[in-house]
Amino acid sequence: MSNPTALQNGPRQSAVSPAHHPAGKEHSPDAPLSIHDMTVAYHRKPVLWDVDLDLPERSLIGVIGPNGAGKSTLIKAAMDLVPKASGRVRVYGLPYRKNRKRVAYVPQRESVDWDFPVTALDVVAMGRYRRIGWCVPVTKKHREAAREALDRVGIADLADRQISQLSGGQQQRTFLARALVQDADLYLMDEPFAAVDAATEKAIVKILKDLKADGKTALVIHHDLQSVEDYFDYVVLMNMRIIAHGPTSAVFTEDNLRKTYGGKLTLLADAAEAMRRVQARS
Amino acid sequence: MTGARFSAVAIAAVVLLVLGALWTSGSLHAHGPEIRPESADGTLSGSAAEWPSREQWVRALSLRDHNTRVVVLGVTMLGLASGVIGSFTLLRKRALMGDALSHATLPGIGLAFLVATATGITTKSLLLLLVGAAATGVVGVAVLLFLRRYTRLKEDACLGVVLSVFFGAGIAVLGVIQQLGTGSAAGLETFIYGKAASMVPGDVVLIGIGGILVILVCGLLFKEFMLLCFDPAYSAVQGWPVLGLDIVMMALVVVVTVIGLQAVGLVLIIAMLIIPAAAARFWFDRMLPMTLLAGGLGAASAMVGAGISAVFAKLPSGAIIVIVTAVVFAFSMFFGPARGLLPRYVRRRILQRRIGRQHLLRAAYELLESKGGLEEHTPRWIAFDELLTKRSWSLRRVRKLARGAQRAGQVELNDGGIALTDLGRADAARIVRNHRMWEMYLITYADIAPSHVDRDADMIEHVLDADMIAELEGLLSRPVASCR
Amino acid sequence: MIESLQSWDWYLDGWIVGVGILCATACALLGNFLVLRKMSMMGDAISHAVLPGLAVAFLLTESRTSVPMFLGAAIVGVLTALFTEWIRGFGKVDEGASMGVVFTTLFAIGLVLIVRAADYVDLDPGCVLYGAMEFTPLDTVEVAGFVVPRVAVTLGVVLLVNIAFVAIFYKELKISSFDPELATTMGINAGLMHYLLMTLVAVTAVASFEAVGNILVVAVLIVPPAAAYMLTDRLSIMIALSLVIAAVSALLGHVSAIAGPALFGYGSVGTAGMIAVAAGFLFVLAVLLGPRHGVISKLVHHVSLSMRIAAEDVLAMLYRIEELAVGEQRSVVPAHLDAAMQLATPRRRLLVGHLVHRGLVDREGGRLILTDRGRDRARNLVRSHRLWETYLLRYTRLRPDHVHFSAERLEHSTDHELQAALNAHTDSPHIDPHGRPIPPRISERD
Repeated sequence: MSNPTALQNGPRQSAVSPAHHPAGKEHSPDAPLSIHDMTVAYHRKPVLWDVDLDLPERSLIGVIGPNGAGKSTLIKAAMDLVPKASGRVRVYGLPYRKNRKRVAYVPQRESVDWDFPVTALDVVAMGRYRRIGWCVPVTKKHREAAREALDRVGIADLADRQISQLSGGQQQRTFLARALVQDADLYLMDEPFAAVDAATEKAIVKILKDLKADGKTALVIHHDLQSVEDYFDYVVLMNMRIIAHGPTSAVFTEDNLRKTYGGKLTLLADAAEAMRRVQARS
Repeated sequence: MTGARFSAVAIAAVVLLVLGALWTSGSLHAHGPEIRPESADGTLSGSAAEWPSREQWVRALSLRDHNTRVVVLGVTMLGLASGVIGSFTLLRKRALMGDALSHATLPGIGLAFLVATATGITTKSLLLLLVGAAATGVVGVAVLLFLRRYTRLKEDACLGVVLSVFFGAGIAVLGVIQQLGTGSAAGLETFIYGKAASMVPGDVVLIGIGGILVILVCGLLFKEFMLLCFDPAYSAVQGWPVLGLDIVMMALVVVVTVIGLQAVGLVLIIAMLIIPAAAARFWFDRMLPMTLLAGGLGAASAMVGAGISAVFAKLPSGAIIVIVTAVVFAFSMFFGPARGLLPRYVRRRILQRRIGRQHLLRAAYELLESKGGLEEHTPRWIAFDELLTKRSWSLRRVRKLARGAQRAGQVELNDGGIALTDLGRADAARIVRNHRMWEMYLITYADIAPSHVDRDADMIEHVLDADMIAELEGLLSRPVASCR
Repeated sequence: MIESLQSWDWYLDGWIVGVGILCATACALLGNFLVLRKMSMMGDAISHAVLPGLAVAFLLTESRTSVPMFLGAAIVGVLTALFTEWIRGFGKVDEGASMGVVFTTLFAIGLVLIVRAADYVDLDPGCVLYGAMEFTPLDTVEVAGFVVPRVAVTLGVVLLVNIAFVAIFYKELKISSFDPELATTMGINAGLMHYLLMTLVAVTAVASFEAVGNILVVAVLIVPPAAAYMLTDRLSIMIALSLVIAAVSALLGHVSAIAGPALFGYGSVGTAGMIAVAAGFLFVLAVLLGPRHGVISKLVHHVSLSMRIAAEDVLAMLYRIEELAVGEQRSVVPAHLDAAMQLATPRRRLLVGHLVHRGLVDREGGRLILTDRGRDRARNLVRSHRLWETYLLRYTRLRPDHVHFSAERLEHSTDHELQAALNAHTDSPHIDPHGRPIPPRISERD
């Protein structure tokens, strides 16, 4: 017997007919962020396996996982900053490229050179550049918007300071203001609470709640397990792949945390390392 | 508006240039072609000039010579353009890429010369040579990018390899050219070290066009370039074509390099790209003024350098221009208000003195507090000996701080000690309160790393919100009790 | 070209090549550590910047005596490193830019001084800048009864000094190149090593200026070590290779300087430039052909790896078909593979041909059947695959329909050891999550 269609689990079987995806729940067309079967590899070593994720609308979502779990990679791959080995990403039902303006990104504070000769206001105005368009200078209107955003994060009085003269928390608030000024619907934040003072943390949380009240969605990479339940109504637990995701009350359990932070997943890392070795022969 | 101001300045530069071009071309008609400079002896050999006479200086610096005017106009334009584009490459941390690029232009110049000779085009067609230069320059950058992307070599090694191999190839091609026996071959060496004096008005027009192009593009793409330099990832996320913008930026560097070859030479053009921009960074903490100043410094030092080299005809003009630029850099590094060494030193001293004064007031206040002297209205003297027990500082330092505080009206001073004035007591109370709040804050929120707490006492209201301060004040309900 | 080489003079050309080899090896030896410390451009900077040191020595002594020259160069070399460090540290200028500021300035000063010095010293500035290797055999000294070019003596001494330096401080250089902080904690003064290296680079640059000139020093300093770096992962081998490459560049450079232009009907050109070109040529060869890191090798490996994976997929597919087969009909019509695996026909032909060639698959009539060896191999693959599915399903939240793809990727890089670990972690299951049997482990026959 050699009828290939009889091979239930034959290679690429599902790829042949995605419509008959067996247990696959339908991806919601209008989810703020919908990631389907995404795998990402750095130097051919997989760092994210088969991520499948639909974010609920109007919610604050915490992404939790140990160091090296691929949390930043998740955000970056969703925004095409790092190439995907496979998978599909939709932002409110459209590919990211076609829906950029609905997404605002808050990168890690360490990702830029804070000695750069710009003021806090200049940085915030950068959030408007796409709206301003090619070759057109920043106008008064946009600077006003930037100042308002700085006011929202509570550092309007520091608008004209060069950015290296801001404290860590103030720098983080500047980045947050840059995202706010974009007036997006989905906010992707890479560790906004890392190494900030308590007041900044409070300010950011307040803004997150305001965003939610305005019907926006924020995906926040977060480290501090103690505050997860206070800050987020939805969590994504991950360690190289999604361990669990869902409403905080249901998913943020000790069992899931143990799976995320420990457990017997070393073999996956071994395999990833073996794949890298085979590819690089080192 | 940043871009608008920039465009305005760019347009002003263009107008100046057009005026200058009219001026020189007018003079060209007046003087006729006999003033064409001699370009054949562009080599470095031969005896250097003696110290020029006063008259020579005056002639050169007053731009009375038509030739000097041509040269000065050309290099000034060049300095302006290189300063502007150099600011962007500096902040993109690609300063040395221009070095590899400029060295890579040499084989192109040589090959273009060979082609020109072989096809019978007049041998010193500058435009053709520059096209050749640009071609191999671009190839050099392409090889650089290939090596960086597809091999395990690090950036520095890639730069070194491209730079030296292309330059070696260029030297070999020049070796061939020297055998042709045409007199103008020697003039090619001016491309290595620069000989501004060999410029003719046509060259200046070329430099002008290139310079205007560079400045206009920088003006138009000012905000795009700024974002690219500051945060390339964010730029990509917003949908700007990062690779395309990088290519445009490198293309502008190619333009400046190529138009600068004749005046400054390919070994030193990199100085024009780096030094004015690095110098301008000491003056301003904002991109727009920094870029404009870099253009200005580049233009001014090129102008002065060209003037001096007009007097010392035998010295390579590129070297003179670079030395002038370096002097400007040294001055900026010491005195530039934004990041210069001296202003930074002064600011640090002022801060140290302020902190020292705060320590003094706090020590005095706490001594009074422990003796119950706070409620008394008459000033109570505190002996230096007592102050010395409060922290590890020398008597000399305490006296010095006390004199400072006396000048500020915070203390009264006599031989044996100090007494707080009303003003001093109020200041001290505020300082002590803030200090204790910080300590309480650090104790209460011990999980927050102390390095993330801005301890400058004046800043507490900035860093902590009102709720937090109220909470801390609650904890400090008996302000006298807690410290130490 | 042959005719042009007939003018080869064993004394002149021999010494030119000899000088070239001495110069190239002396430079390349130090260059290894510059490349490894990501300081290649510092080598470039120092070789440019020694110019004022040279010029001042000329001006002061009004001659070309060696000792002041080396002294001047060493001082300026260290100053370059120092100034760069200061401008970077105190001025907070980006490292590349601070290097650029320092070396262009020093070079410019040197250029002006050297032109001035040419008035007093018998000196051709052009020669300082891009060498005059052709004339080096003419300026000779007598050493122990032999008449030897003066430059060869200087370069020989410098080479010996460099060899001694590397031999004595090999360990220290290795550690401080790899991890300066670690070196410091181990009691090695990384700063001292740094400045020693810089001093030697400066001295070597000066010794080389008559041979290859001030600007091309960087070619022999950086290019041979960079080429060697493409060829090996071991420091000692890298150093040895870089010396060989440097020496070959010198020989090849001189030969091609004579013979190369003759191809186009020109006379010979300067050797220095051609040494750089020859080094560049060898570098390109190394980049393309390097055994592990070379571009072609990586490409071939990439292609053969994806070929292997695709062939293994075919093998596993044949096994699955056998598994489902009833009766004796275990062979497969090749075209069915195309449909089952979404393979283009030519690619399938290639893969099947490969498998047949390797003796893993047999053709029976028009049909394909696994050989015994092929079946063993396929069984192990399927075993890995199904163990991975079990593992992933048990330990992750991947949905059942997703584990297949992960397993598909993982099975190809799962060796026996990993397979055994998987088996242990999944409590030696006999069936996979989809209810199919997990074949027992088989030691493959080769």
